[in-house]
Amino acid sequence: MTDNTQASTHPNILEMRSITKTFPGVKALSDVSLSVKRGEVHAICGENGAGKSTLMKVLSGVYPHGTYEGEIWFDGQLSTFSGITDSEKAGIAIIHQELALVPFLSIAENLFLGNEVKGRGGLIDWNKTNGEASKLLARVGLDENPTTPIGQLGVGKQQLVEIAKALSKDVKLLILDEPTAALNDNDSEHLLGLLRILQSEGMTSIMISHKLNEIEAISDSVTIIRDGRTIETLDMRADAVTEDRIIRGMVGRDLDSRYPERESHPGEEVLRIEDWTVGHPVQDRRVVDGATLSVRAGEVVGIAGLMGAGRTELAMSVFGRSYGRYLGGQLYKRGVPIQTRSVREAIKHGLAYATEDRKKFGLNLIDDIKRNVSAAALDKLSTAGFVNSNEEIKVAEDSKRSMNIKAPTVAALTGKLSGGNQQKVVLSKWIYSDPDVLILDEPTRGIDVGAKYEIYTIINRLVAAGKAVIVISSELPELLGISDRIYTLSAGRITGEVAAAGASQESLMSLMTKDKKLAAAGAQAGAGTPPVNSTIDQTQEHTA
Amino acid sequence: MSGSTATAPKQAPAARTGSANPLKAMSQNLRESGIYVAFVVVVLLFAVLTDGLSLSPGNITNIVLQYSYVLVLAIGMLIVIVAGHIDLSVGSVVALTGAISAQLVIGNGQAWYVGVLAALAVGLVIGAWQGFWVAFVGIPAFIVTLAGMLLFRGLTFYVLDNVSLSPFPAQYTKVATGFVPPIFGGYGYDAFTLFIAAFAVLAFAASQVRTRVAKVRYQQVVEALPLFILKLVLVAAVVMAFAWQLANSRGLPIVLIILAVLILTYSVVMRSSVFGRQVYAIGGNLSAAMLSGVNVRWVNFWIFVNMGFLAAVAGVIFSSRSNGAQPSAGNSFELDAIAAAFIGGAAVTGGVGKVQGAMIGGLLVGVISNGMQLLGVDQSLQQVIKGLVLLLAVAFDVFNKRRGGVR
Repeated sequence: MTDNTQASTHPNILEMRSITKTFPGVKALSDVSLSVKRGEVHAICGENGAGKSTLMKVLSGVYPHGTYEGEIWFDGQLSTFSGITDSEKAGIAIIHQELALVPFLSIAENLFLGNEVKGRGGLIDWNKTNGEASKLLARVGLDENPTTPIGQLGVGKQQLVEIAKALSKDVKLLILDEPTAALNDNDSEHLLGLLRILQSEGMTSIMISHKLNEIEAISDSVTIIRDGRTIETLDMRADAVTEDRIIRGMVGRDLDSRYPERESHPGEEVLRIEDWTVGHPVQDRRVVDGATLSVRAGEVVGIAGLMGAGRTELAMSVFGRSYGRYLGGQLYKRGVPIQTRSVREAIKHGLAYATEDRKKFGLNLIDDIKRNVSAAALDKLSTAGFVNSNEEIKVAEDSKRSMNIKAPTVAALTGKLSGGNQQKVVLSKWIYSDPDVLILDEPTRGIDVGAKYEIYTIINRLVAAGKAVIVISSELPELLGISDRIYTLSAGRITGEVAAAGASQESLMSLMTKDKKLAAAGAQAGAGTPPVNSTIDQTQEHTA
Repeated sequence: MSGSTATAPKQAPAARTGSANPLKAMSQNLRESGIYVAFVVVVLLFAVLTDGLSLSPGNITNIVLQYSYVLVLAIGMLIVIVAGHIDLSVGSVVALTGAISAQLVIGNGQAWYVGVLAALAVGLVIGAWQGFWVAFVGIPAFIVTLAGMLLFRGLTFYVLDNVSLSPFPAQYTKVATGFVPPIFGGYGYDAFTLFIAAFAVLAFAASQVRTRVAKVRYQQVVEALPLFILKLVLVAAVVMAFAWQLANSRGLPIVLIILAVLILTYSVVMRSSVFGRQVYAIGGNLSAAMLSGVNVRWVNFWIFVNMGFLAAVAGVIFSSRSNGAQPSAGNSFELDAIAAAFIGGAAVTGGVGKVQGAMIGGLLVGVISNGMQLLGVDQSLQQVIKGLVLLLAVAFDVFNKRRGGVR
């Protein structure tokens, strides 16, 4: 008993001591230690595959006590969790990258899923459920009706609901796995603010993140894991810790630059998108409205825009009308008008689109690397409708080598690869289709610093070979670091075109948010009116 | 002298053989070939239980004749299931195509081939009809084929005017019950059957050697040479033993030749044709397939056209075997075909499954049913056991995947 009371005043809420976890043939964690102080925001950094997720699975009991070596002390008690319910009972909640919400159920139903508020006779007390839900929503700063179906909320709000769900369970330690990976800047900002508020109420959180600027902004200390070992724990307050300092710990060396050098020699215009307009698949509004842009050979063109600005929608619509309703616009390939009414046609004209969501839209996760690599260009590998599977393996092995895909063989399932390696498979697929224009949608989302650098190098290699590359990204430093020119998109309209050399994050952001309301209003009102000219001044005149 | 030194280095690539750890390789193989092992065990089990009766020449011929149409249906069903669909209508299609054929041949006195061709044509039209609704209108296959099940059953009653039609002329019934004539004469056994089997074995060996040589040329991992030879010898032994038993009975059934051609063709199509790849791609991740330029609608359409065609083939075989057409023919055949595909390792969610697997799955059910009939097991108990086999086979598969998936 005395032990217990002492425990709750102990400065460290969590101590993981010398954790070693081996899988057959692989040592995932070796002698990892982690101390988290009560009431702090503790960040964990490391490249993909470094062992962060494994460590969190050990902590939360996914890998039960006895399957690993070492000790876990939580809240002064030696913990021997045999499953996730045990760790939840002790007050540990994990919010995973992939949200575990049921889209058709309401916010309140999701909040109390598996933990329903029961009234008399074991039936659910809906008034109490919704009332409690409102209180929880208020705590996370979400102004929504608790009866709204989850599917109607954006990803950012869903994330908040997940946190509210954790709060409903009397949590002492909140673990967030890449909480802002899918969020835009506004939502990220809000989420980090919420973490600060919770911290002021005494909550301890662990945050796994690849976004170093966020770690710098919010965390009190950061533990760096590399190759299954703890490298160091830095006190963000005491030491002057910079992003570069963290990167050095993660990759074990200084990255001279986060973006590889490239000499820019743009050639002739390869693709021109003119006055492209796309309607929402079911609603009567324009998601992309009169967008005009062009890309030249050997050039990287960035597209910046907030979530919902229509970036992905524009790209997918151009790529074989894969999104929404095509309402107008013309493509020119080297000055010649072309049609891309289907994906096949788009591929035939030398377009390639690497999706932002590689798991959902990019890969067949239950199939192997070689068949994923060949998927978009089977014609190249086949005669009379039959595939030369030996040639296919050779192609895949070439890609594996040149792209540095880390997998035992090309017969490995893509579902078992890390995010960075999955992305390399997606890129291999499109590079093998030998396109002239590659549209890369968030090519580095959710992958670690080292793999990002590799992806940038691949992009540079492509433009050096005379390809035209369009990069869509939410990370402005990335766009500024790798692009030649950047277009900004706001509410479906191109609001600016700037040379990357002279632009800053601030100048981009102001273009990305420019006239957002006006443009949106115009888009709604203009659903039936003829398309307006897309230059900014005229837009303002028109909507005013 | 100089010639021998020049050829020596060519051996080098062959050194890349399978996993260094034989035990690990074995467990990997066992996981993939669990269904084959189960099949062998079941065959041996019934051979022991029936004192070898189940492996007698007459009985083996019987199994082939009796389950051929389920295997034909299972080929088409496997493709449908790999693409992530299901087809509940095949039993009714078997009935309708058989009925139309019977109405033409028996009712109208047309030649036997007119009936066969008409049945196949109707199968294609039915496939196109269902493919249209699934692929171009976007109605789930479960609904479309549930409707088809009722629709085509109703049409069968209409075509047959609610009564059975029989008998077919002799040529027609030969499709399912006939045998290849003993061209090489009989010596107490049919030499031609053995000849065909030997030819098949040699063709199989040649294709295996060719694949192996190509793999070595592309510097891929191949299994150790002794293991490879052992595999060939085993296959040859099993096929020749099977052929010997057939030769000692009534010879080579015509339906077996039809079946062999279909299995071979569709195995190759699913394994290495662009169409086959697209089917797996659609079942594995529909959106990714779409964004990789697969014309999902047309692939889906052709999958159902093909299913309609194979259902018609099964319809011809079944009507030929039963020597007539009944309004209730083919009842619950769809379930046998679906069970064969799933027992053979097809994934319920699509994207996974092999033609060979579905064939072994279908044969497994066939051998079990046949064995139980020989043992005189009660009809009701037979159903119970068949249900359990389906459940356990899929459970075994799920268990294996879990063990293999989580390291």
